[in-house]
Amino acid sequence: MPDIVLDLDFALGHYNYWMFVILMMTGLYVTVSRGNLIKKIVGLNLFQTSVFMLYISMGKIIGGTAPILTGDPDTVYSNPLPHVLILTAIVVGIATTALALALVIRISETLGTVEEDDILKMEHEMDFGVRKPGGGSR
Amino acid sequence: MLDIIVTNLPALQVVVPLVAAPVCAMLGRGDRSWAFATLVSFLTFAISVSLFVAAYGGEPISYEMGGWAPPIGIEYRIDVLNAFVLMIVSGIAALVMPYARRSVASEIPAERQAFFYTAFLLCLTGLLGVTITGDAFNVFVFLEISSLSTYALVASGAWRNKRALTAAYNYLIMGTVGATFFVIGIGMLYMITGTLNMADLAVRIAEHGDSRTLRMGFVFIFIGIGLKLAMFPLHLWLPNAYSFAPSAVTSFIAATATKVAVYVLLRFMFTVFGFDYAFQASTLENVLLPVAIVAMFAASLVAIFQDDLKRMLAYSSIAQIGYMLLGLAFLTHTGLVATIVHLFNHAVTKGALFMVAGCFVLSAGTSSISSLRGVGRDMPWTTAAFVAGGLSLIGLPLTVGFISKWYLVQASLELGWWPVALLIMGSSLLAVIYVWRVVEAAYLQPAPEGVIRREAPLSMLVPAWILVGLSIWFGIDASLTTTAASRAADTLIGSSQILWQE
Amino acid sequence: MKHHSILRVVSKLLIPPIILYALYVQWHGDYGPGGGFQAGVVFAVAFILYALVYGVDEMMRILPPRLLHALAGIGVLIYAGTGVVTMLLGENFLGYNVLAHDPKHGQEWGIIVVELGVGITVASVMMSIFIAFACHNPPIKDEEW
Repeated sequence: MPDIVLDLDFALGHYNYWMFVILMMTGLYVTVSRGNLIKKIVGLNLFQTSVFMLYISMGKIIGGTAPILTGDPDTVYSNPLPHVLILTAIVVGIATTALALALVIRISETLGTVEEDDILKMEHEMDFGVRKPGGGSR
Repeated sequence: MLDIIVTNLPALQVVVPLVAAPVCAMLGRGDRSWAFATLVSFLTFAISVSLFVAAYGGEPISYEMGGWAPPIGIEYRIDVLNAFVLMIVSGIAALVMPYARRSVASEIPAERQAFFYTAFLLCLTGLLGVTITGDAFNVFVFLEISSLSTYALVASGAWRNKRALTAAYNYLIMGTVGATFFVIGIGMLYMITGTLNMADLAVRIAEHGDSRTLRMGFVFIFIGIGLKLAMFPLHLWLPNAYSFAPSAVTSFIAATATKVAVYVLLRFMFTVFGFDYAFQASTLENVLLPVAIVAMFAASLVAIFQDDLKRMLAYSSIAQIGYMLLGLAFLTHTGLVATIVHLFNHAVTKGALFMVAGCFVLSAGTSSISSLRGVGRDMPWTTAAFVAGGLSLIGLPLTVGFISKWYLVQASLELGWWPVALLIMGSSLLAVIYVWRVVEAAYLQPAPEGVIRREAPLSMLVPAWILVGLSIWFGIDASLTTTAASRAADTLIGSSQILWQE
Repeated sequence: MKHHSILRVVSKLLIPPIILYALYVQWHGDYGPGGGFQAGVVFAVAFILYALVYGVDEMMRILPPRLLHALAGIGVLIYAGTGVVTMLLGENFLGYNVLAHDPKHGQEWGIIVVELGVGITVASVMMSIFIAFACHNPPIKDEEW
């Protein structure tokens, strides 16, 4: 491992990675910290979107064009493979979101709430038949 | 015609259930879609058996999707290890499908059954695809196909208990976070190497040597798969998902989904990163080994205090995953053999036990242990199957559980880690306690007055007993499974040692 | 929605170009960026816009959920069927080379058929998801968000 030297040009030049890291951590934080099931899904979407950005920015070549043959041997093409991969990942993301929303609707119908604290309280009641003393964990 | 089928077997292994899924949805109600899905599961089992026979004989089979040669195209690559896992997955599916008819009929409304079987086939497609493919990103796609259909299958338990919905939701959140971590890791590997083919990745990573990006990629992949396979501190989705899913689904995913995730872990750890990648070795020894041992004890202890049979078995699954990871963490040939053998052994044992739990649910309407008092007299065959499966879970000689633990103890003694060997035996004692609780309730306690519990129907008993039979058969004569596991371990170690040597 | 004449007129003007654009993206995928995924989504958007303005019941008159489910399955079958045909012609699964008199045309025809299957599936799945949510009773109340 080389010694860590702060190289400002290097750090700022890779701004796409910084954006990826910020988006990813925001998404993960929202997913973990929010008690509302729908907000959790929003966080999850943000998290997935950050990965799309990572892949797409990685395939970009400065000055490169869409990878369709132009006939000019000097043309620079962007790498299409990450884009194709992310197309698949986006489809997976849509399917996940749709399924998660469908589950939330069913949860809200059967339990009457989409707040995790309330749901945990109800499940505790179902398990032990008594109301948890002192309410939720907040 | 026959040679067309033979040359395209690797593609057919995935394509047959994939094509069958929409057809199954269009067939409409209940029995027709069940019969069709059962037929398809038998067919996939036949395909995987012939693939295993072909791969066992010699060289790995390579199949180029769309005729594009690897590393550019997607390659399906079958060696002994994944042929073995393919056979486990499709074999369990072929046994669960006949079992499912009565069990599903009692848990899912008739007009929804076609969709249930469709989701089941898609789940099977995903699991087989993860196992068969030689392309890293393809693993993610199939992993998500299987996971998404599993979430739906778990949620379909809501007709019996509405808590299945929240269980499925939590599973979805954790599973998706895991899958996304996995994709980030693959992205890092792609940045370094510019390839996604596993064999090509292995060569180029070895050429490239160690770097910070590689380490990050390793960690992301490790944690991502860890979430999918319910590695100990990341297991929180598993107990609820297993307890509230419909019985047939539980016995299928408990026997296959985590096993496939363990296979992916093995494949990435040893084929892609290489057996002698130093960063990996230290991670396995300092992180995975303690985690595995804690899983064996903590999960078993929690299992003792559960009142619900399915939930107890779910915690026991987490403990058993601990054994598999332990074998991996030894980083020796014997340890790997133990892991791979335990993949099969645990699939057979847990599949049988969850089937039995499903029989109890069908006849007694519940799987809580306190309501199973005296059930040994009402349902002798079912309860006997539970006892046999439970003995295997404990690891008594003449059952498959013993074979796994034998190899684990042997591997730890080879390294001179005798405390680990003692811990393995100690955790087996915990298994004695939770299995005994059920046996005691079933045989020694009087049945409650006025409760009629009829023996489970043959269509459910026979699959359960086939699995129990297998767990005894391979416990007495383990030569087939251990030789296959040993060869699989050889390929994992052999391929990677060539790579990293200077 | 009887009184929202601006919405009704604008959407009537927009829907045909959206569908046309979807078809362009679908069939032009081998000369420029495009393909079944994108086209399917754009195509579905036209119908979803129609349903938003004129009501889901109107949309379900032309596209009942049963039909959409069947179409989603048929799309997958077109995709996989192409693969099976190439296998029967002696190539690997989805090896398009054998579909025409020479490999180049084979690749072109193969990808067009496969993308058609993808487009049908994506469009009908997107519309079924929309219908499943829109027709759900009882709808989610505003306070629950």
